[in-house]
Amino acid sequence: MVCVKHVPDIQSERSLGPDGRLVRDGGDGTINELDENAVEAAVVLAEQARGAGEEAEVVVVTVGPDDAEDAVRRGLQLGADAAVHVLDDAIAGSDVFGTAAVLAAVLRRLGEQAPVDLVVTGMAGLDGLTSLLPAALAATLDLPQLTLAAEVTLADGAVTVRRDLDHAVEELTAPLPALVSVTDRANQPRYPNFQGIMAARKKPVESLTLADLGVDPSTVGAAGARTEVLEAAPRPPRTDRVLVTDDGQAGARLAAWLLERDLVRTTPATGEVL
Amino acid sequence: MATVLVLLDHAETGALRGNVLELATAARDLADGGEVHGLWVGDEPVDPALPVLGRHGVAVVHQVSTGAVDARLTPVLAEALADAVRETGATVLLALSTFENKEAAARLAVATGAGVVTDAAAVERDAEGRVVASKTVLAGTWTTRCAVRTDLAVVLLKAGAVVSRHVDEEAPLAPELRTRALAVSERATRAVVVRRTPAEPSDRPDLSSADVVVVGGRGTEGDFAPLEALADEVGAAIGSTRVATDEGWIGHETQIGQTGVTVSPRLYIGAGVSGAVHHRGGMQASGTIVAVNADPEAPIFEIADFGIVGDLFTVLPQVTEELRRLRQG
Ligand SMILES: Cc1cc2nc3c(=O)[nH]c(=O)nc-3n(C[C@H](O)[C@H](O)[C@H](O)COP(=O)(O)OP(=O)(O)OC[C@H]3O[C@@H](n4cnc5c(N)ncnc54)[C@H](O)[C@@H]3O)c2cc1C
Repeated sequence: MVCVKHVPDIQSERSLGPDGRLVRDGGDGTINELDENAVEAAVVLAEQARGAGEEAEVVVVTVGPDDAEDAVRRGLQLGADAAVHVLDDAIAGSDVFGTAAVLAAVLRRLGEQAPVDLVVTGMAGLDGLTSLLPAALAATLDLPQLTLAAEVTLADGAVTVRRDLDHAVEELTAPLPALVSVTDRANQPRYPNFQGIMAARKKPVESLTLADLGVDPSTVGAAGARTEVLEAAPRPPRTDRVLVTDDGQAGARLAAWLLERDLVRTTPATGEVL
Repeated sequence: MATVLVLLDHAETGALRGNVLELATAARDLADGGEVHGLWVGDEPVDPALPVLGRHGVAVVHQVSTGAVDARLTPVLAEALADAVRETGATVLLALSTFENKEAAARLAVATGAGVVTDAAAVERDAEGRVVASKTVLAGTWTTRCAVRTDLAVVLLKAGAVVSRHVDEEAPLAPELRTRALAVSERATRAVVVRRTPAEPSDRPDLSSADVVVVGGRGTEGDFAPLEALADEVGAAIGSTRVATDEGWIGHETQIGQTGVTVSPRLYIGAGVSGAVHHRGGMQASGTIVAVNADPEAPIFEIADFGIVGDLFTVLPQVTEELRRLRQG
């Protein structure tokens, strides 16, 4: 099961509404880029499993309004086999914990049909960028979590990942079922070809409501959200900007400009805080 | 009055991570006369850190031992946090906004119903006493203020969000040390670390909290020497773009951007960096942005306070040289 999110294209002009929520009109939404890495990782693992004579299926799941279906469609084009779209008015304004509860209900439902061995997510949403979802979902499902994977391998009923952290490189392993989040370094998502796009049209997208999933609507949506946006404002544009073409003296000019503004200290900072 | 708990991130040597003291300062303001408690997870000696914590207003330090269990696993950390919240009755938890702490916070929130704000640039109480945090979103182009609606508020603050302050010179606290062993559940240890290679320590300031950051991209063609010289002159940390790390020119931990480190230094200097949206997401909230790029059309010039269209290999050495000359004189 791969969790994907529909977000405004990060190359577009994005803005927040008065309620502090992302403005999602304009039709320039897309799959959260980092979720393509999650789909790719799952599709490759499924291909390997099939190559070894096992049965494997990749299901992409999204929670969101009508146009969020585009995100799972993209997942299907990228090689997923089936899709689930949870669509319910009560979901609008959900925080990450509400979303995790809904995704957990989807997993339980899928599990009734066939065991779900692996949940794969991207490392963060490029909209809110909180990156809380993978751990919140793992905790909700009580699955072992292996996050920020730059490399994923499955063998003998266990999943192993390599992760590059700020202070160390780690290798983690856990028995299946488990949850893995992958980084943009995990793979290079394939570019869907014409056949992939045509095949995706025939793949099933199951649409589910909260009632189908047995999720209490009061626990999700804006009412169930644990934080509330009070204000949202665009950052003021930078003023007094200088742009020069180097005439042989631009570096010296910059040095003087930096000192004038006291932007470099006379004694190099050591980074020590005491 | 409230008890505020602060997570005391520390290195394996037992040294407090830079910026933890900023959390203590923010905690004092939120405690509103209540106590600030620190949580130290692990068996590293905490005694050397007690005086400085006392000077920053920490009244009690809880050292929680997880025994043979690796306390760096975030599910283990989350259980230690939940235990400390129960033990202290804290209604606010502050920690640095790192990937690890975000994971632990997410799990703590699932276990306790807490509300979480990550990447906060400031935190305060509003007139109703709610915890309110502000942060920048959408790649640094918008600012929001969010109130936490739950009984337990978890706020992860960005390095440098608060200026750390001592308590009154006359009245440093002598923190009381309470030690406890935590019985970690089986479910927190199902994923295990099979190998761990610590990163090479660097003499430079920590990237995420440095005052000045010098950043190199593809335009360096792998030669970071002019950037190193400038960084040495101004005491800066060195950062990079994904292209530079993918090329193997510099370690991945230096990558700034949406899938790397987020920085908001007083001064960002980018050389041979185009300013792709993925990169901007990690640096656009910087105080002052300087860019040196050969291409006048490079998008980084749209956000630069001082932009130079030129060759970094001639411009940077001149900046370094001139700073040295002007500051000696
Ligand atoms: C999912 C995803 C996540 C990503 N995450 C990140 C991230 O976290 N961080 C990140 O940085 N990138 C990230 N990227 C990559 C990003 O999109 C850009 O490709 C990258 O930031 C570009 O790096 P660059 O500026 O070094 O290279 P380029 O875009 O190639 O720019 C090089 C610049 O150097 C200039 N130049 C060349 N020679 C000189 C010279 N002698 N003097 C001065 N200037 C010169 C050129 O004019 C050019 O503008 C991500 C991409 C994806 C798809």
